[in-house]
Amino acid sequence: MQNFLDYFNQSLLFRNFLEVLSGLDNTLLLLIISLPIGFVLSLFFALGRVSKYQFLSKPIAGYIFVVRGTPLLVQIYLIYFGLGSIEFIRESFLWILLKEPFWCGVLALTINTVAYGSEIFRGGIQSVTKGQIESGLSLGFNKITLLRKIIFPIALRKVLPSYGNELILMVKATSLVSLTTYMEMTGIARKIMAKTFAPVEAFIAAGILYLFLNFLMIQFVKYLEWKYNPHLRVEQS
Amino acid sequence: MFKFDKLVFGDLGWGDEFLFATLMTITVSILSMGLGLFLAILTVWAKLITNKITRLIANFYTTVVRGVPELLVIYLIFFGGNTVVMSIAKLFGYNGYIELNALTIGTIAIAFISATYSSEVLRAAYLAVNKGQIEAAKALGLNKFQIFFKVMGPQILRHALPGIGNVWQITLKDTSLISVTGLVEIMRQTRIASNVEHSPLTFLVTAALLYLFLTTFSGKFFKVLELNYSKGYN
Repeated sequence: MQNFLDYFNQSLLFRNFLEVLSGLDNTLLLLIISLPIGFVLSLFFALGRVSKYQFLSKPIAGYIFVVRGTPLLVQIYLIYFGLGSIEFIRESFLWILLKEPFWCGVLALTINTVAYGSEIFRGGIQSVTKGQIESGLSLGFNKITLLRKIIFPIALRKVLPSYGNELILMVKATSLVSLTTYMEMTGIARKIMAKTFAPVEAFIAAGILYLFLNFLMIQFVKYLEWKYNPHLRVEQS
Repeated sequence: MFKFDKLVFGDLGWGDEFLFATLMTITVSILSMGLGLFLAILTVWAKLITNKITRLIANFYTTVVRGVPELLVIYLIFFGGNTVVMSIAKLFGYNGYIELNALTIGTIAIAFISATYSSEVLRAAYLAVNKGQIEAAKALGLNKFQIFFKVMGPQILRHALPGIGNVWQITLKDTSLISVTGLVEIMRQTRIASNVEHSPLTFLVTAALLYLFLTTFSGKFFKVLELNYSKGYN
């Protein structure tokens, strides 16, 4: 047994695993910043998208169309390489943030998730029936209370599964930021491969970590579904 | 900042290069979508027949590939694929060095990713077809192949088309990732051109517009197909 443990500790896969693990915090940092901002902005954008004012809904529809029609890689490159080539931005205060691959990644991921997220939330908001809104109005709710107490709770509950899907896509999307020299898990796996010439071990180590991260994400969404759908819980007898 | 003159056709600009790169993106997308659909049919078959082992393998495949970033799958197949192919060749007594070209590797990698999404779509479409129809077909004396090609197939296709359209869009956008293998499609061409001309913005905006054109155009195409296939239902 001791022999086996020694062998395991010295195996390439295990050493790679530890090394890739050191990039986990960089991956998480991307998510921790872009997901909450993306969530809040998605809500506002979804409201703008269903608004009756065309000067609000039309530009948002255009933004969603463009972002959903182009690959995330193009968006990341546009922000990292494209914005940097504009003189005006290089001289502005924005350059302090945009010269860092990390903040470019955060910006690209946020822009991406807001486009997909607001489309998901739009479906939820539109699924709130007229009767529910009217009953809120008859209780004398103003617009803000109506949103806070009726529209958002009903809409969010409905779209939880599809928003959970989007969250998993975001976890996977963070790997693309490695292409702008940012050293998160995929970037480190790539570096290990260049160093050891053993691609399979390096990428499997990273793959296991991503699978684990997504597993946690799924459990989190399942917990939220359980918590906010008390009427759907199976009674335990 | 934005150099329009670099986009002309011919020796002075990158217009014709981008045209070929776009054709390459379309080629890879169609090839990997086709291979992906074939793999997806196998996966659905493995999940639906009453065999625990095939179901386990199919579930493992879809869970792992969908839980791991696409870029990682592509790296794994691109860098690890040669080793696997060579060790298979060794079994057949060939000891030389084999190198698969970027197009083959890229197509296989994207197909593996695309198949996981397609298989979910196809499985749902299969389950959406009323089981009474199989019994009716059996009662009419049709054999297994006739049931599949004349009764189930067309209906599965109708139910699956909207989902297949979505998978096609995802596949098309995923092909941008195989630029890391060195295959000259839109994204790779963009990097080459912007390195030569020192004007990344020009070519990146071009690439974005090309992808936007491809996704919009193919989206319209799938809409027409859907309308065509559900004629009998409206």
